[in-house]
Parts: sequence; structure tokens; C-alpha cells
Amino acid sequence: MFNIYTEIILDHYQHPRNFGEIKNPTKKVEVANPLCGDKIKMMIVFDKEKVTEVKFTGVGCAISTASASMLTEYIKGKTKEQLKKIDKNFIIKMLGVSLGVNRIKCALLSLEALKKLL
Amino acid sequence: MINVLKIKKDFPIFENNPSLVYLDSTATSLKPRPVIEKLVEYYSKYSANIFRGVYSLSEKATKEYEKTREKIAKFINGKKEEIIFTRNTTEGLNLLAYSLGRKIIEKNDEIVTTIMEHHSNFVPWQILAQESGAVFKVININQSGDLDLYCKNIKIKKSKCKMTMQNSKLINLNNIITKKTKILTLTYISNVLGTVNPIKEIVMVAKKINPKVIVIVDAAQAAPHKKIDVLDLGVDFLAFSSHKMLGPTGVGVLWGKYDLLCEMFPFNFGGEMIAEVFLDKTFFKDPPYKFEAGTPAIAEVIALSEAVSYLEKIGLEKIEAYEKELVQLAYQRLKEEFGKNIKILGEGNIKERSGILAFNFYNLHPHDVAQILSEKNICLRSGHHCAQPLHQFLGVSSSCRASFYFYNDKDDVEKLVEGLKEVKIKFKL
Repeated sequence: MFNIYTEIILDHYQHPRNFGEIKNPTKKVEVANPLCGDKIKMMIVFDKEKVTEVKFTGVGCAISTASASMLTEYIKGKTKEQLKKIDKNFIIKMLGVSLGVNRIKCALLSLEALKKLL
Repeated sequence: MINVLKIKKDFPIFENNPSLVYLDSTATSLKPRPVIEKLVEYYSKYSANIFRGVYSLSEKATKEYEKTREKIAKFINGKKEEIIFTRNTTEGLNLLAYSLGRKIIEKNDEIVTTIMEHHSNFVPWQILAQESGAVFKVININQSGDLDLYCKNIKIKKSKCKMTMQNSKLINLNNIITKKTKILTLTYISNVLGTVNPIKEIVMVAKKINPKVIVIVDAAQAAPHKKIDVLDLGVDFLAFSSHKMLGPTGVGVLWGKYDLLCEMFPFNFGGEMIAEVFLDKTFFKDPPYKFEAGTPAIAEVIALSEAVSYLEKIGLEKIEAYEKELVQLAYQRLKEEFGKNIKILGEGNIKERSGILAFNFYNLHPHDVAQILSEKNICLRSGHHCAQPLHQFLGVSSSCRASFYFYNDKDDVEKLVEGLKEVKIKFKL
């Protein structure tokens, strides 16, 4: 589990992309990790099947924030069908670090939000 | 004097992890060699079930098991028939909520606890109150991290008087304890703030208002660090865990006044807790056996005796004084290095607290702090430490927690400081 705080993760943590609110989202959800108090609110706009806008807010650790930031970057422009294929392995690959059993939950919080939005 | 270098040699974990900086004894303590050896001794020399066999191995195991009961009784100044072995503090407190709570609590009765409780001394009572229609009262804390015993519960008000351990006259439980209060249950030492509650004084004042109130004490964080005398404290029940006081996991102790234990329902039914079973009825054994159904954690109970011996050999008064000094040093060093960027929870009681420091570092999430420290083999806890109501009250979702025991020293404090400096660098703060 060495150096999970890579430049990319720190950059997304300190400058999260797509951070903020959307006025009239098609759908919004809130997910939480009761273990550490992390909370992510994610909102999305669909044009038919395609994601045209997605944003998130909330409080979390570096891993959960970076994961949400990177995931929202990826999903813009994708279709629902494409997004349904995203799984745990995708997130791990996206973050590019190996996480322990406890920290993996932080990384997967944004995925949980996305699944609820679909 | 506590010779930490010599003490470390008694804990095999340091041999296997020479660079270990273990600052999580509040979660569970490390184990000294005599405890580990005692476990092996049971399994290799007399690993028979207790009470059941008439053969000599079983008799030896039974004798050793009961020896721990006597030892624990002396350790807290109770009687041996008042010592119940449970799995842990949590089970002891749940046992009380079931076996005592469900027998005596009725609609509109009051159950009083505090905001600084571990969930295990909060949730069982909250649920009991919901089920029975009783009133669930929660005593708050003041700015300094002490129980706010001067104002109405729930409402947050700054206390003007300074509480002292010697003077129970300053403790005001009016509006908190009433004639309807049946149970007052509280922690001896907060597992987050390190606050040491003046149990004896609280009991005196509470019982003056209502002599019938039953006082339960969660001593999970006290038993490893402080001399406990249940008679002197005047409490009715007290629970603690073996694994936090150098003993094995899987064993807890519940002490209760014998008369009260006699009146209570059994918690579990089954083997070894019955006197006689008929088709239509069952008679139970007397306490403590009434509450110890099934084969217990025999090896672990037996080895707990060694943990108590080890603590007594060093002396709990010495341990308490040493930890107090160490935690103050840690506080001072952390403040020197990081000033306002480290926020200690319940900072006001730093001179009187047990060896626990919960903190938030810059605006970093505790998981990130703990993770980077773990790369330096520094173990501390991050999260809400099973005390969510307290964290909500303090307005933070979680914190880091460094806790100290007598095998920690100045070097550990410095390594924590160095580790946090690295966290700072990593996050470019």
C-alpha cells in the first residue's frame, strides 16, 4: 500500500474537477460512508441516454474526493449503457494505486453514487 | 519510575516490529509475554473444559479459571461471586440493558447517559428507551471537555464553576437525576477526550437525589490505566474488557452488586447456567454462573490473570501518573510544532486527562493523516471511534486519535511529530 498519494490523486483532491452544484439536474443522490463520515452528493444531466453534465459536492478524504473528481471527468459524454459497465476494477485502475481493504470503501463511494444515478 | 526500554522487552511484538510506534492502545493494548505464554500453557498442558469433568485436567482448568475470578475481584475490590465473565465491555453493558433494563424500566421512567459515551454504552439504552417508552436523557459536555453537570441536559451552556474531584458539592444533577431516574450509566474515561469523570462524586450526588438510581460505569478505558475500587466509587455495576488491559481478546468483566445480580434475568440460556431443568420449568444457578452460559473463553480468562499480575507489578498509580505526563508532553510538542493547525478535541482538560489525544490536522481527513503515518509504522486510529454523538456535538465528522500506554515514551511522541511533518509536506501545506 505504498504511496497511494500520487501526484494525480493529490491534484484531484486539492483541485477537484466538476465540484459544485447543478441547478436543474435530471437526478441527484447523496451517499455516505458511515465509517468515516464521508458524504458525496452527485447530480447529473442526461440528454436522452447521454450525460451532458455531472457535478459533485461533499466532504471526504483524498481518496474519495479524487475518485469522485476523476470519475465525473470520465463519465461526461458517455451513455447510460457505457456507464453501467463501470465496476470496482475500473475505479481501481482509474486511480492507479493499490488500496487496502479499508480504504477501498473510500474509493468506491463515488461509484455507489453513480450507480444510483443510472 | 517506569523503565520503558525494559518494559518493551516484555512485549514480543516489538521484537517482531522493531520500528513500531503503537499509539492505539485505546482500541486494544499490546500483550506481554506472560499473557501469551499462559494461553499456550492452557492449550498445551490442561486444555479441558471447566466445571464438567471430574478428571484432573478439567479440575486444573477450573481451578485456574476461578483463580482469575478471585484475582479480578481483588483487583477492583469486589467479591468473587460478583464477577461475571463476558466477551467484552460491550457484552457486559448489553447484558445489563437486557437482564436489568428490561426488568425494571417502564414507560416514562428515565435512563440517563452522557454525550461522551462509546456507542456500546449509548445504543443499548437508547433502544431500551424506545422500546419501553422511557425518557432517554443525555448529559452534554462543556467547552473544556468535562461533563456539563451544571446545566439542564441537552441545552448547551458554558459552565461557570470549575469542577473539582474533591468537592461533590459543586456537582449539580438537579434536572438530570429525578425520582423517575432508574438508571444512570456513564463512562469513567472518555475514549475520545480522555476526560476522567468524577464517578464517586457523581454517584454521591445522584443517590442523594434518588437513592434508588442504579449507577452503571463503563470502565473499558479506566481499568487499564487507573486503580479502581468499586466500593469506594459507590457504583452498582462496572464493566471492562481484558484486551485493553494487556489481556487476551474475547473476555470482558462485568461486576455487579450481588443482590442486584440475584434479581436479574439470565442473559443467555444453556449449559452451565442451570441448576435443574424439567419438562415444564428450569431453575438457574446463582450468580455469577447464572450469567455464564456455554463454554466460555477459558484460555483467555486464565491468561487475563497474568495481565492483572503484570499491571499490579508495575502499579496502576504509577501507570496513571506516567501517562498523564506523556500525554501532556505530546500536547505541548504538537502545539509547538503545529499551533492552530492541530485541533485537539476537548483541549481544556489537558492537565487532568488520561493518555488520549484526539485531534484534527489542518483540514485533512483523518484517514489521510493516519494512512501516511502508517507508512512510517505509526499506528493511530482515524474515524469517529464509536462515538458519533460526541463528534456530532463537537461539529466534526471524525478525528485522529493517538493514545498512550506505559510502553510508549518520548520517542514515540517525537516520531508522531515527525510523521505529521511529513503529512504536511505530502499535502504541500
